[in-house]
Amino acid sequence: MPSLGADMEAGTLVQWLVKPGDRIKRGDVIAVVETEKGAIEIEVFVNGIVHSFTVQEGEKVPVGTVLALIAADGEAPAVPTPPAIKPVPPIAPPPVRPVTPAAAAPPPRAEKQPAPAPGPALQPSPARLRISPLAMRVAMELGVDPAAVKGTGPGGAITRFDVEAAAKAKAAPPPTPPAAPAPAALKPARPAMMAADKQAAMRRAIAAAMARSKREIPHYYLGTRIDMSRAMAWLREENLKRSVNDRLLYSVMLLKAVALALRDFPELNGFWVDGAFKPGEGIHVGVAISLRLGGLVAPAIHDVDKKNLSEIMTGLHDLVKRVRAGVLRSSEIADATITVTSLGEQGVEHVFGVIYPPQVALVGFGKIVEQPWAQAGMVGVRPVIMASLSGDHRASDGHRGGLFLAALDRLLQEPERL
Amino acid sequence: MSAEGAAAQTVRITYREAMRQAIREALIRDPRVFLMGEDVGRYGGCFAVSRGLLEEFGPERIRDTPLSESAFVGAGIGAAMGGMRPIVEIMTVNFSLLALDQILNNAATILHMSGGQFNIPLVIRMTTGAGRQLAAQHSHSLEGWYAHIPGIKILTPATLEDARGMLWTALEDPDPVLIFEHGGLYNTEGELAADAGAVEIDHAAVRRAGSDVSLIAYGGTLGKALRAAEELAAGGIDAEVLDLRTLRPLDTESILASVTRTHRAVIIDEGWRSGSIAAEVSARIMEGAFYELDAPVARVCSAEVPMPYPRHLEEAALPQAATVVQTVRAMVGKRD
Repeated sequence: MPSLGADMEAGTLVQWLVKPGDRIKRGDVIAVVETEKGAIEIEVFVNGIVHSFTVQEGEKVPVGTVLALIAADGEAPAVPTPPAIKPVPPIAPPPVRPVTPAAAAPPPRAEKQPAPAPGPALQPSPARLRISPLAMRVAMELGVDPAAVKGTGPGGAITRFDVEAAAKAKAAPPPTPPAAPAPAALKPARPAMMAADKQAAMRRAIAAAMARSKREIPHYYLGTRIDMSRAMAWLREENLKRSVNDRLLYSVMLLKAVALALRDFPELNGFWVDGAFKPGEGIHVGVAISLRLGGLVAPAIHDVDKKNLSEIMTGLHDLVKRVRAGVLRSSEIADATITVTSLGEQGVEHVFGVIYPPQVALVGFGKIVEQPWAQAGMVGVRPVIMASLSGDHRASDGHRGGLFLAALDRLLQEPERL
Repeated sequence: MSAEGAAAQTVRITYREAMRQAIREALIRDPRVFLMGEDVGRYGGCFAVSRGLLEEFGPERIRDTPLSESAFVGAGIGAAMGGMRPIVEIMTVNFSLLALDQILNNAATILHMSGGQFNIPLVIRMTTGAGRQLAAQHSHSLEGWYAHIPGIKILTPATLEDARGMLWTALEDPDPVLIFEHGGLYNTEGELAADAGAVEIDHAAVRRAGSDVSLIAYGGTLGKALRAAEELAAGGIDAEVLDLRTLRPLDTESILASVTRTHRAVIIDEGWRSGSIAAEVSARIMEGAFYELDAPVARVCSAEVPMPYPRHLEEAALPQAATVVQTVRAMVGKRD
């Protein structure tokens, strides 16, 4: 059971997305785990063959518990596992390959990226299942996984007829071993907890993390006003060239600028662990996303400094969508090396952020406001944003923090280079 | 004996004649009722609906008017306010636009503007629709526009029963009612109960029950929907045909009930597609029966052009039974 956050102690294994004998690749999503932050997809970091499960669906186990045994390439017998796995799990694992997870979860990226590093999907969000509203409802009622149903409606859409046919096929007891995988029962992604419980659990998780932050981390706070006129003018021009779907939000420029600036300030990018600073491997920017029912999560966009703006936009869009759907991946939740929060939409100008432990810095942005701006003896009106840094004084000092904000400012004055 | 009995109970009649009987009955039953419009008297009505009525009821009650829609619709509103029950005939819906100010700013609004003091018990009849090579100034279907206006009722009789029965109910209504008679229907002929009379005007009607798709039509498109349903039945698709009858207020409940039975809907409307009553019906299905839908709602409407004069182009521009059949087949797929 991976740790999906500094404060996570245990998690519930909701669903296996592979079965013993399946060949898996680094980056495949193999299971869904329920935490206080929602349902999270668990990735695997080796290539090999699933040998057996040591934790069954529905079990809640502490962080660190072995969930499954995987025979890595080279150490597995040439013949796949069947002889070895007499103890087939009592609950038949849904024989769904990662390509067809439950409808609530978007197909994992493994499908198109055979061996990706932690970098998240670059492709836009996968095509939505073409299924009529009625068919979807009937599928839920009958426990049919719509992803496993072949559509015969207009444009290949799945209709009620298709779902009912699939349900019938499933109900008919095929005497032969189920070589053809029966569609997995559609599991609600979050069976264990009711919404109210989840709310309370999330509140507790935030409380624990924030209390720990204020108890342990000696914060320092810096802020600077940044003239956004060049950035906004460039963005306007750029967006005119783009189709509506591909247009950029200015927050993407902020994320990129933060990531680029961090290259020269490694002491702001990483973790404070066991009394020492441990620099992050890569610049994985956690983006604070508030949830509709309250609470927030800050999953990471990976390697933001190496991505272009379109890729970051795609990543951001994808994250927000999945956060709202309650489906995040383990690597996104656990490995943000810094957090950016933008409270501008709420109308505030200045953010005094609380660092998310074990991270050591948080960058905040307020709203862009038009302000009188004096420069070179002239006064003009400029769109201005207040950038703030909350730093962990154990890991860095205000002097360096100030230089970081100055670097951020410089980067935003050259938007075409972002 | 029984055949004779049945024959005694129904009469063979045209839509035009049913309409005329309705007007005649109203004139006989209520002395406050009178008919006015262009050529309704001496000429017998542009579509011959009022032929013979001048001779029977005299020029006081069958009044020819000058060619000014605004003036005679306004006169009708005044007469209604003064206690009469006028039936105003406008030749075609295209010309009714000259009276739109009277209809919208006065007839539909006075009750509200007077704080509920003055009802306008006015009935306006007009011809709508294409199919008779009357070209782009006499052929449009604008009833959907009128259905946009709060304060009036919009009726679209498509059957003999409704042609015969809607007028009296409309006259009984304390507020303005507009009746749209599709020009292509006047010559349709069929059996009507000899004692046919007033009908309710609050509900849509299922004209053919079915389980695979709802064909939602009104006025001039009802017949096309029924023909399409017959053809579909031959191919194993069981279509329900819902006649809206009244476009305002729409009988949303019946629409949703039908879609809930069939899970698919095709709306057939002779109006232009954009901003049509078909669009409104579609939106209501989406609002009220989204989770019943097994396919996107489809619309078969008129091409968005001024109605052409040449027959083949006019036919191509109008919704046709064949188009409906094609649309439904694509929607349902091969089986089911």
